[in-house]
Amino acid sequence: MSKIKFTRKMLSIPYAVFMILFVVIPLLLVVFYAFTDAEGNFSLGNVVTFFSNSTNLNTFVISILIGVATTALCLLIGYPVAMILAKKEYKFGGVFVMLFVMPMWINFVLRTAATRDLLFWLGISGGEQPYSATMIGMVYNYLPFVILPLYTTMLKMDRSLIEASMDLGCNKVQTFVKTIIPMTMPGIVSAASMVFMPTMSSYVISDVMGERQISLIGNTIQTYFDKSLWNMGSFIALVMMIIILITSFMTRNVEKQEDARGSLW
Amino acid sequence: MAKKDDIIISIQNVSKEFDDVLVVDDFNLYIKKGEFVTFLGPSGCGKTTTLRMIAGFEMPTSGKILLNGEDITNLPPYKRPVNTVFQRYALFPHLDVYENVAFGLKLKKIKATVTDKKGNVKEIERKLTREEIDEKVRKALRIVDLEELEWRDISTLSGGQQQRIAIARAIVNEPEILLLDEPLGALDLKMRKEMQLELKEMHRKLGITFIYVTHDQEEALTMSDTIVIMKDGMIQQIGTPEDIYNEPENAFVADFIGESNIYEGTMVGDKKIRFLNHVFDCVDEFPIHEKVDVVLRPEDIKLAPVNQGMVNGKLTSKVFKGVHYEYVMMVGRSEVVIQDTRNLDINCEASISVVPFDIHIMKKEFVSNMYDAYIDKNNKVVISEEPFECDVTQLIPGTVLDEDGYLVDKDGKRYDLTDADVKVEVGLKDIEIADDEEEGNITGEIVSIIYKGDHYQVIVRTEEDEDFVVDTEYTWNELDRVSVKIAKEKIKMTLKQEAKNYVKD
Repeated sequence: MSKIKFTRKMLSIPYAVFMILFVVIPLLLVVFYAFTDAEGNFSLGNVVTFFSNSTNLNTFVISILIGVATTALCLLIGYPVAMILAKKEYKFGGVFVMLFVMPMWINFVLRTAATRDLLFWLGISGGEQPYSATMIGMVYNYLPFVILPLYTTMLKMDRSLIEASMDLGCNKVQTFVKTIIPMTMPGIVSAASMVFMPTMSSYVISDVMGERQISLIGNTIQTYFDKSLWNMGSFIALVMMIIILITSFMTRNVEKQEDARGSLW
Repeated sequence: MAKKDDIIISIQNVSKEFDDVLVVDDFNLYIKKGEFVTFLGPSGCGKTTTLRMIAGFEMPTSGKILLNGEDITNLPPYKRPVNTVFQRYALFPHLDVYENVAFGLKLKKIKATVTDKKGNVKEIERKLTREEIDEKVRKALRIVDLEELEWRDISTLSGGQQQRIAIARAIVNEPEILLLDEPLGALDLKMRKEMQLELKEMHRKLGITFIYVTHDQEEALTMSDTIVIMKDGMIQQIGTPEDIYNEPENAFVADFIGESNIYEGTMVGDKKIRFLNHVFDCVDEFPIHEKVDVVLRPEDIKLAPVNQGMVNGKLTSKVFKGVHYEYVMMVGRSEVVIQDTRNLDINCEASISVVPFDIHIMKKEFVSNMYDAYIDKNNKVVISEEPFECDVTQLIPGTVLDEDGYLVDKDGKRYDLTDADVKVEVGLKDIEIADDEEEGNITGEIVSIIYKGDHYQVIVRTEEDEDFVVDTEYTWNELDRVSVKIAKEKIKMTLKQEAKNYVKD
């Protein structure tokens, strides 16, 4: 009997087993449940139910809108912050990045609950303004994920390109639009995808901040699963997965174009 | 002096400080239209900073920059009719070759006259049309020989190609002045030589003013109409390549440009100078007895059999250099480097001769070290924030030190010299340098070494930016960290104020 030779390839076995058990099989299960009925027979019933139920479609559209709005707000706030932090003349850049990242060390649910109470104290109550409260909660939670990739992209950005742009006739605004934004595009894309994907599916923030007044797609899935309607829940999860797949595919394309610099992925 | 309307740019008393460090010191220069000017100097000499002030990326701390007689000192870069070719090209990676070159044109506004419906002729500002841009971009790409690469991605181009695109991107805007910041630094030697000639040709064709920054003396000599040699933020010499090579103003310039033998000599008569233990005739006039620096270019020295030339010596080494051999001859303790096309035997006696015209005499840059210093309470002299042992009794003649540290003259008058300002003079040969940083009083970095035949002249710069110029027989390396020590009796001091101000009552 020949001795089993230990090769480098064998090192991948644990990894492969893990992937099959925790990624491939669950994914297949989701797909299986999405296209079967409660008895386990193949059916397109879930497709019909989802697209004919106006509540579900509403939730879906609202989720996307909130995702887009949160992403836009995060970029609007995070971009200037990252720009200031990345300035070489700014000596406390490192400390400030730390300050923005530090809240992430605190438990997510606890932090969100604290944000809700703080907002309530400031006069924005989740019961009365569920959308604003949810958005504030999301922006607060995901801001670090925007600042970090933007910050790293900007640190690596060649300053002489800004000078070249000014040299060729761009004033400060034109330089920003024509040079700085395109140069930091990889950072913007990876920041946007890091915010958009989780906000779409998160339900804890909307639950806590909106005091269960609004229902996002994550909440819908949770509701179906709570009622043991596995098939319908799985179908919605599959739809979400396809959307995320599409966005990350688009992201990949942009990053390839931009030399994939400064991406966090 | 050139005619006033010939001058395109004039830089007047421009200085630039970064964090209290003077990088450019009182820079004065005017440049004529169509001239190819090179700023040449070692790294950190302020040449790039000067260029950046012309481009508008840095604002001078003081002084003025005039372009065609108009003050542009505080004008932002985008309002200046000046374009830059950057050291690392700085091409936009998100745009292709065509878009990079067209970048400036798309922003440009030109004046045009139009006739409206009523027949009125109006002057308006308009952007360039697509066709105009297209034509200009193609023309620029043709000039740099890269027409076929229009739609290529920047990242797929070689260094040389990127360099050409960077030049095309700048010249397409038809600037009045083209600034080039070490544009060939990243290319290999062969490529660099080719580009040098091409740039020169481009300059001739375009007829615009080029300001070129480099640390490569050969590049400067090949390309320029005028060379500006800089060191420590100050202009050392301005002149044509020929002037600078043949008539260097000081030992730094002679050492920086080309190969040279530099010696210390003394004027011994009218147009007579003594160095290498021989009195030579020369053409430069200097006062008699003045100590001067002498430059002999290796190719100007003629080798001859022993006793047939002016000075005898022993040939000690020979290196083949392609066109010629490079010989080293020892004359006493001085080395003489000689270039000769003949293949001669070495380790034998020979002689050299130089015609008077080829002996270049320069004023000495340093005669001795002078410092503004003060006396501390321990009767030490503080130079560059560091106390040195010294003999304070020389400050007030006829005094001695008492046990309390006061100077007492013969009448019993006591002087307290604490904090007294003094002028200190130390001879170049009176300073010693040591590897061991603990050994001397103060440490610094060697910033310059010039070989003078039988010794080196080394400049040690301290953290306080004070220079110690030292003549030493030992070989040191640039950027070495060394310590400086001065023997107590070698420090010569004089009080800045009168002695009576320090009388203690």
